[in-house]
Amino acid sequence: MIDVWTWLTSGANWVGTDGIWHRLVQHLEYSASSLAIAALIAIPLGLWIGHTGRGRVVAVSLANGIRSIPSLGLLFIVLLILAPHIHSGDAFLIPSIVVLVVLAIPPILAGAYAGVEQVDPAARDAGRGMGLTAWQVLWRIEVPCALPLMFGGFRSAALQVVATATIAATVSVGGLGRFLIDGLAYRDYSMMAGGALLVGLLAISVDAVLAGVQRLVVSPGLRS
Amino acid sequence: MTTTRRTLLTAVFGGGLAVGLSACGGANSNPLNNASSSAAAGASGSSASGTGTLVVGSANFPENALLAQIYADALTAKGVTTSTTLNIGSRELYIGALDDGSIDVIPEYTGNLARYFTKGQADISTPAAALASLKKALPSNLTVLQPSTAQDSDSICVTAATAQKYSLTSISDLAGHAQTMVIGGPPEFKTRVDGLQGLKRVYGLTFKDFRPLDAAGALTVTALKNGQVQAANLFTTDPQVAANHFVVLKDPKHLFGAQNVIPLLRKDKVTDTITSTLNAVSAKLDTSTLLSLVTKVVIDKQDPTAVSKQFLTGAGLA
Repeated sequence: MIDVWTWLTSGANWVGTDGIWHRLVQHLEYSASSLAIAALIAIPLGLWIGHTGRGRVVAVSLANGIRSIPSLGLLFIVLLILAPHIHSGDAFLIPSIVVLVVLAIPPILAGAYAGVEQVDPAARDAGRGMGLTAWQVLWRIEVPCALPLMFGGFRSAALQVVATATIAATVSVGGLGRFLIDGLAYRDYSMMAGGALLVGLLAISVDAVLAGVQRLVVSPGLRS
Repeated sequence: MTTTRRTLLTAVFGGGLAVGLSACGGANSNPLNNASSSAAAGASGSSASGTGTLVVGSANFPENALLAQIYADALTAKGVTTSTTLNIGSRELYIGALDDGSIDVIPEYTGNLARYFTKGQADISTPAAALASLKKALPSNLTVLQPSTAQDSDSICVTAATAQKYSLTSISDLAGHAQTMVIGGPPEFKTRVDGLQGLKRVYGLTFKDFRPLDAAGALTVTALKNGQVQAANLFTTDPQVAANHFVVLKDPKHLFGAQNVIPLLRKDKVTDTITSTLNAVSAKLDTSTLLSLVTKVVIDKQDPTAVSKQFLTGAGLA
């Protein structure tokens, strides 16, 4: 454990392109872009399913099916399919992002449709009674009421993505996973354990930040 | 509703973290030692009864795994109880496994192994020099048997197009171009004395960047073929080099040196049967045989066990 502490506190390990800061920023970049893409796909779809009640069975079974795909296997398949068509260094980054997006979609989707679905029908009817259009019902009643569950889904996706982004290192991409893969190849276990610790701390921090955002955004009436 | 959900998430996550942290705590000194203290106990227990299983290990690339399979099959044919632990990883990793008794035998390469034990100081310019350096440098718990004439050296490869563009035939020709090129190889190539450091020390080359890929596997070949790297660390017996028309750059200053295939094993496991069997295997292996065997596995996708059987039967060893 002392070796890990030495590794973590040595200033030389924090700077440069192999340094902890750079790897941390890369890790956040990959995680944030994957989560953003996944949210752009899953939230509109989830809201539509929750609002209309259509396609629920298909979406649920599809999302659950996707959950069972092993990320590492998917990474290599996507890489072998995509890499010959991309000639820049992104040939390795893009497959990694694809895998993380696939990982993040099910929890975000589930949070969105479950959130809208569980909105009190009386609130919905009241809205309609006041003459709101379907869009207004969605944006002013269903989405605000669904936010706690939507955040739940998003936070669980964020945790999984931050933890899984380490696999990008197996295909030469950066991020904190480099410390795990390189540490193993160099037989430098303090580097490996230090890297793993950093991934854990990053995941907690990201969740804490999202919890803070949730507290600010969700209506106080829904917090109980 | 939300509160329970949040509490549940926290509980699950907190629990997961605690497990993760305790795993880190256990791993900080040396997981191989921890993992194998029980294995070592088991091994000594079985050797006391006189019938220990000999564990043959291998590095994480197809040729080495095939050689390990051949060693194991040849020994089995002579009545030695063997098992295999293939694709362990880099040398840094499997030497640890030999030290703690997780494995007993592994196919090795004279030059690189001598360099590993001498931190790069060994003279490995010829097969004889490499073998002498290796024997001098070996730690007391390990020993080697007869080397084969088969050699598989590290090399720097470029695509035919790159070779033509800069008129490259040897590593020296990279001078003046290296700083615009990205080089790829296994992660350990970065820190090894005969990796990036050696290219700088011996040839004065500094590359634009290093991309950590795999040990001459699909990833490295894909990256070189598609231009994500302009030069790559591949093996001289790698059939993918010829299949993709890569150019192996000559090594006039012997950075990579002589690399004869040689069995490395724990001294306390050596018996006359093991010595005579593995020496007979080494006697039957030369570079072209090795290349054709690796081609069968990597290009023709044949089962390594079948390729091993064919070779041993053909050589009269099984």
